[in-house]
Amino acid sequence: MGGVLDQYQEVAPQGTVDFLKRLGRRVTGIRMLHVNSTRVGGGVAEILHRLLPLLQELGVEARWEVMTGSEPFYETTKNFHNALQGMQRRLTADMYDAYLQCNRENAVRLNLEADVAMIHDPQPAALIDARPRGAKWIWRCHIDISTPQRTVWQFLRPYVVRYDAVVVSLPKFAQALPVPQFLIYPSIDPLSDKNRELTTEEIRRILDRLGVPQDKPILLQVSRFDRFKDPIGVIQTYRLLKKTHECRLVLAGGTATDDPEGAQVLAEVQEAVGTDPDAHILLLSPTAHLEINALQRAATIVLQKSTREGFGLTVAEAFWKGKPVIGGATGGIVAQVIPGQTGYTVLSPEGAAFYARCLLNEPDRIAVMGRQAKEYARHRFLITRHLQDYLGLIIHLSRHAA
Amino acid sequence: MNHQNRRASSPFRFVSCMELREVLGRRATDEQRLLELIEEVPGDSIYYHTHSYYLRHPFTRGLFPNDFATWVTLYVQDRLLGECLGVVDPFEFEDVNRLRGEIVSIIGDHLSRIGSSPRCIPTEPFEFVRSHIIESELGLEVRTLLEFRNALAQVEVGAIYNHVCEARMRKGRLPGDFACWLAADEGLSMPELAAQVVKVGRLGLSLEGIREHIVRLCDQALAS
Repeated sequence: MGGVLDQYQEVAPQGTVDFLKRLGRRVTGIRMLHVNSTRVGGGVAEILHRLLPLLQELGVEARWEVMTGSEPFYETTKNFHNALQGMQRRLTADMYDAYLQCNRENAVRLNLEADVAMIHDPQPAALIDARPRGAKWIWRCHIDISTPQRTVWQFLRPYVVRYDAVVVSLPKFAQALPVPQFLIYPSIDPLSDKNRELTTEEIRRILDRLGVPQDKPILLQVSRFDRFKDPIGVIQTYRLLKKTHECRLVLAGGTATDDPEGAQVLAEVQEAVGTDPDAHILLLSPTAHLEINALQRAATIVLQKSTREGFGLTVAEAFWKGKPVIGGATGGIVAQVIPGQTGYTVLSPEGAAFYARCLLNEPDRIAVMGRQAKEYARHRFLITRHLQDYLGLIIHLSRHAA
Repeated sequence: MNHQNRRASSPFRFVSCMELREVLGRRATDEQRLLELIEEVPGDSIYYHTHSYYLRHPFTRGLFPNDFATWVTLYVQDRLLGECLGVVDPFEFEDVNRLRGEIVSIIGDHLSRIGSSPRCIPTEPFEFVRSHIIESELGLEVRTLLEFRNALAQVEVGAIYNHVCEARMRKGRLPGDFACWLAADEGLSMPELAAQVVKVGRLGLSLEGIREHIVRLCDQALAS
């Protein structure tokens, strides 16, 4: 009977699973440890839940440890997170002390024995003080640290430079560091509820429940109600398009619990939409994976009109459903959208409306681009490629250790 | 002996590869700086930006087949330079430094002509990356043209990249591994077919396109 990995034979590029098994032979028995700060919620935990069984199936003795902390620690790391992404946050000496104290306690509590350790994001970064002799430690940075608040980066940097390698999600997220920085894109799991195949009937039922008729082309953006996602720009795009084409707008997303601005943005979006019966604002729970899947599959064109973005995996999700994406020319969107092949990148609502109009005029073109987008996602943004990159990194670091 | 019956004394072993990408932390925000960094960065980085395209776009075309041309077109909005760089054929060069020289010469000439150094949009500098190749045997070994043809039609696309691009530029086997084996006495001793396979690299195809083309050439040889 095949393992979990064999389930990916049908969806990954031809020969990928066999290649992974071949690579796996070179890392059999290697003890790999992942450390992060939460087992549930958030993209890191989501991908680790999926990657670990696959690594284990390939012979890697993969483990996952989760650090625990007090309220002041989480308050501090939330501020770290925001400050590293360029927001101005005031961090006190007590906060830095709480961070280091928590890392020291976890260094004692956690089992850090491994040949290779991947330490995810800033929360556990100071665990490097407890690295066992001979182990290779990698700092996996999932956030955009291209323009960090200087004081916070100055605090964190001395820990980061002691790692054997850093992994970033985009080249522009890299900092000047004396250690090698590898580029590994995040990924989507084609077998998860958010991305698995759905029947037409399932899609219809879910859209009925959400109150979205499928009688007109659907323009969709899935994202948090956050100014950087430019939901007002999306509404402007829709209004420009609506002058010439019948369509519906669906803005679907939630607000982050740590984002007080979210509710305000949502209120502005609702006001901008007014009573337009063809515009649908959907506030979804963080676990509404099937709903997002159905909306993406029902959409005609997907927008991701951000003005600032991390990697923007919603683009890869839409690609996987065979949808072209019109996205803001920012962050990881430009790494995903190949202009004219898988979608378009734009700088304005006018640009987005222009390309949406072109596409609605040529349904065949939507189908062609959608197929290309799906193939691009298959090769570049599936979990199998992510797994391959991690195996490659382990092999590369082991080679250099030898 | 006809082509179908010919059997190589030395088999062809398919080896696939993946690339691990390393960000060099060197970035250019205008064409002059791009030129300077192209002169400075390791050859592996020039190779990455002119060849890795094939692995990233195995089935379809991007705007241009190298990152320099794509960047100046999309983010510096310099279509003229983009077109001049876009037409550079990496398969025309025998090593990465000659390829680097050609790119430097094109950008240098262009900058002399226009007398300024156009800048990119602020959020999209050119980021230099290099790749480390990690190979793995696929356990796939062939001795006849038919076996070769059938294996090539199904093999993981990384193997095509490895035997065509990596073999040429980083391992110095200029005709590429497929053509070398097809031509060799201990291979299939088919120099004419090998010569046709070498030319496939020059057609500007994607890796899937290269695969299809070589499979078609094998079919023709098998039918003759």
